[in-house]
Amino acid sequence: MKGCQIKMTQVNAQTQSRLAEFSPLSEFWAGGRDTIPLIVGAIPFGLIYGTLAMGSGLSFWAGMAMSSLVFAGSAQFIAVGLVSAGSGWPLIVLTTFVVNLRHALYSATMAPHVIRLPQRWQIPMAFGLTDETFAVVVNRYNQPDASPHKKWYYLGSMVFMYSNWQLCTFLGLTAGQMIPDAAAWGLDFAMPVTFIGMVIPYLKNRPMWAAVTVSGATALLTYSAPHKLGLMIASLAGIVAGVLVEKLGGETE
Amino acid sequence: MNEFYLIGGMLLVTFGIRYSMFVLAGRFEFPPAVVAALRYVPPAVLTAIIVPALLIPTGNTINLSYTNAYLVGGVAAFAIGWFSQNLLITIVLGMAAFWGWQWLLSGLGPA
Repeated sequence: MKGCQIKMTQVNAQTQSRLAEFSPLSEFWAGGRDTIPLIVGAIPFGLIYGTLAMGSGLSFWAGMAMSSLVFAGSAQFIAVGLVSAGSGWPLIVLTTFVVNLRHALYSATMAPHVIRLPQRWQIPMAFGLTDETFAVVVNRYNQPDASPHKKWYYLGSMVFMYSNWQLCTFLGLTAGQMIPDAAAWGLDFAMPVTFIGMVIPYLKNRPMWAAVTVSGATALLTYSAPHKLGLMIASLAGIVAGVLVEKLGGETE
Repeated sequence: MNEFYLIGGMLLVTFGIRYSMFVLAGRFEFPPAVVAALRYVPPAVLTAIIVPALLIPTGNTINLSYTNAYLVGGVAAFAIGWFSQNLLITIVLGMAAFWGWQWLLSGLGPA
């Protein structure tokens, strides 16, 4: 794992050599800057969410509130699809719960780094723990330098991601209606392509390959499970596969 | 549709899940085996989202055909990412490959 995120976090390696210069502000901007590639991927995703939300029968304010209060891209997407299909709110909330269960794994991963912080930090951090911010911030926390301001890096990533998501939702809800058939443009490819870019840096050893192979295969096999439950089953199967191959193969750090 | 209950419910479950382990971890230590396993969380979760999105784009059946632009675009993005090791290039060129392939397919008539 040590050599795992070489090129993609070159920026971090540079900052690391200037430990003395770490400040809350520099960490905040570094967090924002390192999140920019993921924001590029989130822009089409946010636009299409807004467009679909308006078409689903939700009010403008409900579409906007979902982005500003729930702040969970893929769950919002699925929710809007269910609204269009005429599902009731209890089923949509249940589906949201299952789809977002993966965030419990993110929460567990970040917990050791944040539990000594006061609640005024922990609560916003939990609120902003999206796939993207998690992927960026976990790398920062795993770096060996002892910067006392890594929480500001987390905050920077969150604030950038959040601001962009609100803006893109607003644009989708308003301007998206003027573009004919915007939903058919294949903007939904933006999420998988972003996630592909996020997975590649991990693929440096056999246990990681085992984890993604088993996870992907299980996701296909369990695809028809109710409420997108397959996502959680596949994630857990992949994690178990990674651990097993690590134990059996002896190829560890 | 009661929008207030819908959004309130989604907010509660999403925040609750994201906050859950912060609360639990403050109460007791995670066993070392769990901490080691957590390293596999990001790639395992992301792959479980990626693979169905590429292979089952319509949400019905697995589509392994070259006419599936999601699959072709995904393979192209993987290759681009693997060799460039640059996230921004992967996303931008991956999207371009996807759109390019869709455009080529549309030129070939109804697939």
